Amino acid sequence: MDFSFLEFYQQEFYDGLWTTISVSLLALVFSLILGTVIAVLRISGVKALAGFGTAYVEFIRNTPLVAQIFFVFFALPAVGIKLSQFAVGTIGLSIYTSSYIAEVIRAGIQSVPRGQMEAARSSGMTYVQAMWYVILPQAFKLIVPPLGNQFINLVKNSSVLAVIAGGELMYFTDVATTEADVTPVYLFVAVVYLLLTVPLSLLVHFLERRWLGKESS
Amino acid sequence: MDFSFLTRADIMKTLLDGLLVTLEVALFSILFSFICGIVLGTLRYTKIPVLSHLAALYIETVRNLPLLLIIFFGFFAFKEWGWELPITISVIISMTIFTSALVGEIVRGGLNSVDKGQIEAARASGLTYVQTLWHIVLPQALRRMIPPMVSQFVSLLKDTSLAVAISLPELMHNAQIVYSRYYNMTVPLLIFVSLVYFVINYSLSQASRQLEKKLAG
Repeated sequence: MDFSFLEFYQQEFYDGLWTTISVSLLALVFSLILGTVIAVLRISGVKALAGFGTAYVEFIRNTPLVAQIFFVFFALPAVGIKLSQFAVGTIGLSIYTSSYIAEVIRAGIQSVPRGQMEAARSSGMTYVQAMWYVILPQAFKLIVPPLGNQFINLVKNSSVLAVIAGGELMYFTDVATTEADVTPVYLFVAVVYLLLTVPLSLLVHFLERRWLGKESS
Repeated sequence: MDFSFLTRADIMKTLLDGLLVTLEVALFSILFSFICGIVLGTLRYTKIPVLSHLAALYIETVRNLPLLLIIFFGFFAFKEWGWELPITISVIISMTIFTSALVGEIVRGGLNSVDKGQIEAARASGLTYVQTLWHIVLPQALRRMIPPMVSQFVSLLKDTSLAVAISLPELMHNAQIVYSRYYNMTVPLLIFVSLVYFVINYSLSQASRQLEKKLAG
C-alpha cells in the first residue's frame, strides 16, 4: 500500500486534524451550555418553558444532522449573516449535540430522589443552593459518563462538515484521494479517528465501572 | 421563502422518489443490522474464547469510527478493489457494518441485565446453555432492548442522509437537486425535508414508547 500521500498532503492533514479537534471542543462547550439551559427549561415546572424544551429536544433529535448543517449553511446567508464553514459547522454540531446533552443532564438530575430537594428546601436553602450543593453533586456521577459518550459522538459527527467542505479530517480524505489510492487514505484516517475516540471511550468505561458499578467485559 | 414546490407535481415526485430510496436503504439496513447485531452481541456475551474477543474487537473498532468514513470506504474503496456494487447496496452494507456494532452492544446490555440467578436455576433444572439462552435469557432481554434498539434505528434513518456525500439519490440528495435549480426554494425545502424526517422518526419513537408501556404493564 502506498502511503506517500502523507508526504504530499502533510499540511492538509495537520490542518484537517486540527479542525476536527477544535470544532469538536468548541461545539462541546457550546452544546454543554445550550444543553444545560434546555435541561433546566424542561425541569423548570413552568409549562410553556418545559414545552419549548421538549419540542426543541424532540425536533432536533428526530431530524438529520446533515439537514441541520445545510440549514445553517443556507439560512444564515439568506438573512444577511455570512459565516465561515468552520463557524457553520460549529453551530450545527452544537445545536445537534445540545439536544442529546440536555437529555443526559435532565435524566441525571431527575434520578436524584425528589425528597432530597424537599429536605434541602425545608432546611432553608434556596432552589439554586439546593440544586448546587445537594442535587448536582449526586447527579454529577450519573451525568459525566454519558456526557463522555456524547463527546465521542461529537468527534465522529464532526466528519459531517465534509459535506460543506469544512476542512476537517474527512474533508482531508476528499482532497488526498483526488490523486492517491483511496484505500490507504481511508485506513490511515480511520486509525487517526480511533486514536481520538478510543482513549475517550476507555475513560468512559473506566468512569462507568468506578462510579456506576457497571460490569465491564 | 418560496414554498411553491408544495404544489409542483414534478418536484414532489422527485422528493417522493428520494424518500422511497431513504426508506428502502433504512429498512434493509435495519433488518441486516438487527440480525448481525444479535449474533455479535450474543457472541460477545457468551465469553467463548477467540469468538467473543473478535466480536468485542469488531464492536469497539466500528463504533468508534465516523459512519461517514465507513460510507466513503464502502463506496470508493470497494470500487478500487474492483467490487462494482450498485450505490444503494454499498450504502446498505456500510450502514449495516456500522449499526450492527451498536445493536450488538444493545443486545449484550440486554443479556447482561438478566439476573444471573435465573441462568443458574435454568442450568440446574437441566436446560443446556443454548436452551437457557434461547428460552430464559433472550425473551426477557429482548423486552429491555426495544427502546434503545428503536432509537438506534431512528438514528439510522436520519443517518441515511449522510449518503448525500456520495450522491445516493435519497431524500436529502433529491432536495439538493431541486434547490440547485430553484435557488429560492433552498431554505423552505430544507425545512420541508426536516419535517418529513421528523414525522417519520417521531412516530417511530412514540410507537416504541407505547410498546414499552404495553410490555411493562
